[in-house]
Amino acid sequence: MEAHKKQTKVITGNGAAAYAAMLCRPDVVSLYPITPQSEVIEQLENFHANGVLDAEMVTVEGENSAQNVVCGASMAGGRAFTATSSYGLVFMYDAMFQTAGYRAPVVMVNVNREPPGIHAVCSGQQDMISVRDTGWIQVIAENCQEILDLVVMAFRLAEDHDIQLPVIVNYDGYYLSFLAEKVEIPGIDEVDKYLAVLKSQPERMKLTPGKSLGCGSHGLGMGFVELRHKHMAALERAKTKWDEIDAEFGQAFGRSYGGQIEEYRNDDADIVLFTSGSAVGTARAVVDAKRKEGIKVGLVKLRMFRPFPVERLVKALRGKKAIGVLDRSLGFGWGCGPLFMETKALAAEIGIVPMLNFIDGLANMDITIPHIERMIDDIHHASLGHPYKEVAWVTMGE
Amino acid sequence: MSMKELRFHGRGGQGAVLAAKMVASAAAIEGKCVASFPMYGFERRGMPVIAFTRFDDEPIREKSQIYTPDCLMVVDPTLLKLPSLFEGLKPGGVLILNSPHPLPTRMSENLALVGSVNATQIAVEEIGRDIPNTCLIGALAATTGWLKLESVIKGLGEYLDGDILRKNIRNAERGYKEVEVQRWK
Repeated sequence: MEAHKKQTKVITGNGAAAYAAMLCRPDVVSLYPITPQSEVIEQLENFHANGVLDAEMVTVEGENSAQNVVCGASMAGGRAFTATSSYGLVFMYDAMFQTAGYRAPVVMVNVNREPPGIHAVCSGQQDMISVRDTGWIQVIAENCQEILDLVVMAFRLAEDHDIQLPVIVNYDGYYLSFLAEKVEIPGIDEVDKYLAVLKSQPERMKLTPGKSLGCGSHGLGMGFVELRHKHMAALERAKTKWDEIDAEFGQAFGRSYGGQIEEYRNDDADIVLFTSGSAVGTARAVVDAKRKEGIKVGLVKLRMFRPFPVERLVKALRGKKAIGVLDRSLGFGWGCGPLFMETKALAAEIGIVPMLNFIDGLANMDITIPHIERMIDDIHHASLGHPYKEVAWVTMGE
Repeated sequence: MSMKELRFHGRGGQGAVLAAKMVASAAAIEGKCVASFPMYGFERRGMPVIAFTRFDDEPIREKSQIYTPDCLMVVDPTLLKLPSLFEGLKPGGVLILNSPHPLPTRMSENLALVGSVNATQIAVEEIGRDIPNTCLIGALAATTGWLKLESVIKGLGEYLDGDILRKNIRNAERGYKEVEVQRWK
């Protein structure tokens, strides 16, 4: 079948997500469209209608059901996929705790968009931040190729016997969801081979008709504490597991991304910019330009948001003279962005140096080359001992 | 060839977003790295829409919008009135315009090359509807020489098939042949 063959095509980020989900042969897909994710759903329905995807396609009446469907399917031993964004993500909030609490290894795409309040059909990472503490693993893509690769790697991580946790694959709405790039689409046989290791692992516990199994137990006291303790331990294990999976992926497909974080020109850097998502691509170009000007700047890309890559980040950021963090969302009530807040929590290990936060890219506002040039200039000045503003809203002229 | 940046101005429903992708596909067929995306909020027929396409021999890393285009494609001639239309156009810039007439005046001092074609008329004749996008891609190929007509036609096949593909190929070919080119130094 044509769509199962290895090929290179110009496709969008949404198209890349749909291709990847199809290639992983999910048993159950729950579908509810929302801008800017709808194309994922349309493409998967197309694959199904054309016999390319052999899965139970469940069209639901809302995202809360979409989450419950994949949770149940996963608990019954199936491979389950869904996709959402923004309003949809927060509408399934309670069900997300449930999926993670049941240790159901669902993979879900979340196309980053601003959540309700100020009605905005616009890009922004506030949605993923708002489900930070639901117990899910969260990873973030920079471009269309990485979206495809992350979805495949996400199934490998979620279903690993040592992990058994749901994974969200995040990518920026508009800037990536609708971006068309040349993407290498692997053959389904290659993906089968890559995921085959999961079949050699002990079978995970599952709901079977006629067999009794206690799950989501009414956790009274110690029962609850013990399950949460195990859940937290699995999240900790997911960090190095993700590095291993990324390296294995590199061997299988010729592309690897550094695991939890990627460091770009950071080894000999005096100062560093730390960010995630599509802004990383633009930042790479600016880092190269600033290096030519003689500013020794490095870039650190966050690929895994939960669990937070504490150990690797401390290594990457320690010894720098100043650190800048670019946030595309807000930490309401803490006066800064969430990535900045979490980076500051590492200050004891990193050392006390100027730390600057830039808020940019809310509600589709473009994170431009001049914006990032200015951020690097600010970090550079702070590293020389000049006074600096700790939190700057770039598009507000701060 | 250094990186080319194109900005497309149309109205929802005219195919400006698809045109941007089709140009990217044509460039990809010629071995270029490509990136193309639209920028709009709600999908609404008739509302002004902007789309961007970059192509280059080198990988394209920036994910930001295009502020200094090499080329503007104006799918809906009423958008010529947009005060910001020519903002950022690079010196030596190109305009590909859907219009029955050549441009009466040089609308920007950076404008050096204009390709005008009556794409609406041609689309109505060839497709039976006012979908001028593929005709303008043909005009782009002829005016700039950045893309071969055969790559454009091959690129259309990634988005269309059957009868509608055949009609759009004729649409692109007529754009390529019938475009009227103006030059300024």
